[in-house]
Amino acid sequence: MADQVRVDPVSGTETTGHKWDGIEELDTPIPNWWRWILYATIVWSIGYWIAMPAWPIVSGYTKGVLGYSSRAAVAEDIKVAAAAQSQFNEKLRKASLEQVRTNSELLEFALAGGRSAFNVNCSQCHGSGAQGFKGYPNLNDDEWLWGGTLKEISFTITHGARNESDDARVSEMPAFLKDELLKENQINDVAEYVLSLSKNSEDAKAVSRGAPLFKEHCVDCHAEGGVGNKEFGAPALSNNIWLYGGDRSAIRETIANSRKGVMPAWGPLLDPDTIKKLAIYVHSLGGGK
Amino acid sequence: MPDDITPGNIEQFDVEPVNKKENRDLFKARTKIHPKRGQGLFRTLKWWIMVVTLGIYYLTPWIRWDRGESLPDQAVLIDIPARRFYFFFIEIWPQELFFVTGLLVLAGVGLFLTTSVAGRMWCGYSCPQTVWTDLFLVVERFIEGERNQRLRLDKADMSASKLFKKIIKHAIWLIIAMLTGGAWIFYYADAPTLTANLFTLEAPMVAYITVAILTFTTYSLGGLMREQICTYMCPWPRIMGAMMDEESLLVTYREDRGEPRRSHKKGESWDDRGDCVDCNVCVAVCPMGIDIRDGHQLECITCALCIDACNSVMGKVDRPRGLIAYTSFADEQRVANGEKSRIRPARPRTLIYLAVFCLVAGIMFYGLFTRSDMDVNVLRDRNPLFTLLSDGAIRNGFTFKVLNKAHEPRTFELSVTGISGIGLSVVGAEENLSGGPPYITVRPDKLKSLRILVTAPKGTLKNDSVDIDFAIKEINTGEQAFYDSVFRGPKK
Repeated sequence: MADQVRVDPVSGTETTGHKWDGIEELDTPIPNWWRWILYATIVWSIGYWIAMPAWPIVSGYTKGVLGYSSRAAVAEDIKVAAAAQSQFNEKLRKASLEQVRTNSELLEFALAGGRSAFNVNCSQCHGSGAQGFKGYPNLNDDEWLWGGTLKEISFTITHGARNESDDARVSEMPAFLKDELLKENQINDVAEYVLSLSKNSEDAKAVSRGAPLFKEHCVDCHAEGGVGNKEFGAPALSNNIWLYGGDRSAIRETIANSRKGVMPAWGPLLDPDTIKKLAIYVHSLGGGK
Repeated sequence: MPDDITPGNIEQFDVEPVNKKENRDLFKARTKIHPKRGQGLFRTLKWWIMVVTLGIYYLTPWIRWDRGESLPDQAVLIDIPARRFYFFFIEIWPQELFFVTGLLVLAGVGLFLTTSVAGRMWCGYSCPQTVWTDLFLVVERFIEGERNQRLRLDKADMSASKLFKKIIKHAIWLIIAMLTGGAWIFYYADAPTLTANLFTLEAPMVAYITVAILTFTTYSLGGLMREQICTYMCPWPRIMGAMMDEESLLVTYREDRGEPRRSHKKGESWDDRGDCVDCNVCVAVCPMGIDIRDGHQLECITCALCIDACNSVMGKVDRPRGLIAYTSFADEQRVANGEKSRIRPARPRTLIYLAVFCLVAGIMFYGLFTRSDMDVNVLRDRNPLFTLLSDGAIRNGFTFKVLNKAHEPRTFELSVTGISGIGLSVVGAEENLSGGPPYITVRPDKLKSLRILVTAPKGTLKNDSVDIDFAIKEINTGEQAFYDSVFRGPKK
């Protein structure tokens, strides 16, 4: 073991006694202050185990005498924040859209809340900039399937579309090929006529064949000239905004097999304050009426 | 008189330069230094600098400056939550933080300048370590007495009176340290309010922690560690060596005049000997515990107390002053060669430092005083780049930030140009009743962020990216601010 312990003349400290190829090591004792701090940390940690959540047990953990929980602390913080916001929520509940838009403080509050709720709940389908994708409406533009007033937007958010809830928006576009209402060549003609409504067709013959078919099958919902009807959720066909694509094959596919997009009903999932903020936010994106 | 010397018989001080490099043993504990109190020109200068610097430090947060209702009335305030720095009539916003950088550059260049002219002036006269150590020494001297009394007290056994003195001294040190920490935090919050809150235990935790940390550091560094900071911890001594040259004025013992040194009895001749009477008073007054007669050394902070002490002794033995004096290497050479002694503070090195200092200061002041007090920033929406509207028009969204740096609310008119027939709508702006561009009102000292929508009618876009210009105009003064941006559309 430690056989060749000697005292080093320069430092006055003993060596460890081991020699490795003639190299020795000083056995300098740990400084007292360091040692006592180490003992203090040991005492502190025992105190910590007793006072704070510390050790995992099989299906739980030691909760600590002080009963601190970071989850509970966060819940407390959320409650405090909600309480701090409660006066704004009060005002927001009572205000109409016009009143909100002219009160910049309330507007900032509504937009901030709406934006964050949108990012959490709506952006998965409608996109982080609300720009939409194929089959998911672009909320920035001024075309609305179900109406762009605050009330209508609010209703759409609350009840959704084509889901199980009672008041969901439902539009029933027939699947003209699948349900054997029209033949394929007729569908092509109707598609050509639809394109002509937004001045995108050059095939005058097909357009003239498609016009009577359109009058017979489509005008009831999509209205004369294809301007759309918000009561039925029938989109306007006379502009360049297309939910599923504006090229020939997309329009043919829509007529042939119909489209049935689904939106969840957010009423049961979100509280009314949040839905109002969402509606104000969506309305403010630029297309609100 | 502090020393019991009769003119002609000079007291020999029994003192070792304990902090001299040769005496600093790595394995030995530090020997405490008890500097003797000095008197003279440089000591007086140091007292004045101490009073002024400490006065500025402790009293500045209490100065008031009225800025109007909604803004703080403290003259010097670093308002971190509101992200503003107030200095009397100057207000710095976070995006102007480069002024602080400029200040630091000025501080650096100023330091290079003073060091190249007259050595470690910062260290010896104005460094907080020196000033607070000096202050703590004043307290120690007041309670424990002059140098000899303190030495005796140290050697004496612990007794009731010794314990009492030590407790009082350390208590006063701690109080000074706490006041130092207290003064620091007053720069970051309203001083009267924070003082009241500190005592009613309502101040934020960070205030208490900061005071605790600064109490600890002031007490340890000024009271306990003293010259060890300069000798071991501070980087400046090492850097300053590089800033001095052969013409820098440094505290120097004139060896050619002083050697060979020997004690002197009244009436003795001064032939074949140096002027130094080996009284060691220069070692006794040195707060760093070195012997300047060993030559220039890292530990010397050029506080010039040894100059004062030696000059008074030289006066008593009727010899010329200046045995230890501010002089330069080059000048010593000149004198040794028999040339006329002269100092050269103005030389290329110092003139260049001075020029850089003036240039940076000039740029900063120019920037500071030509700042506009309104600004506009525009961020394009990236997602989506553009929106197609039902009538074929293209629309872009922007986040529009208007900065009002004045101390009263101001209203701005907002406009955009660059595309014929371009339309502008703002979510949440006031209507301009005359039917012109929309108005935005911004509260004093605030930034207002709005969403604006810019529409290009169908067919007016020549390209998928067109330059447009935003402008805000203050409705009363007509002052304008501009921002260039682009309007994006579908690929042509």
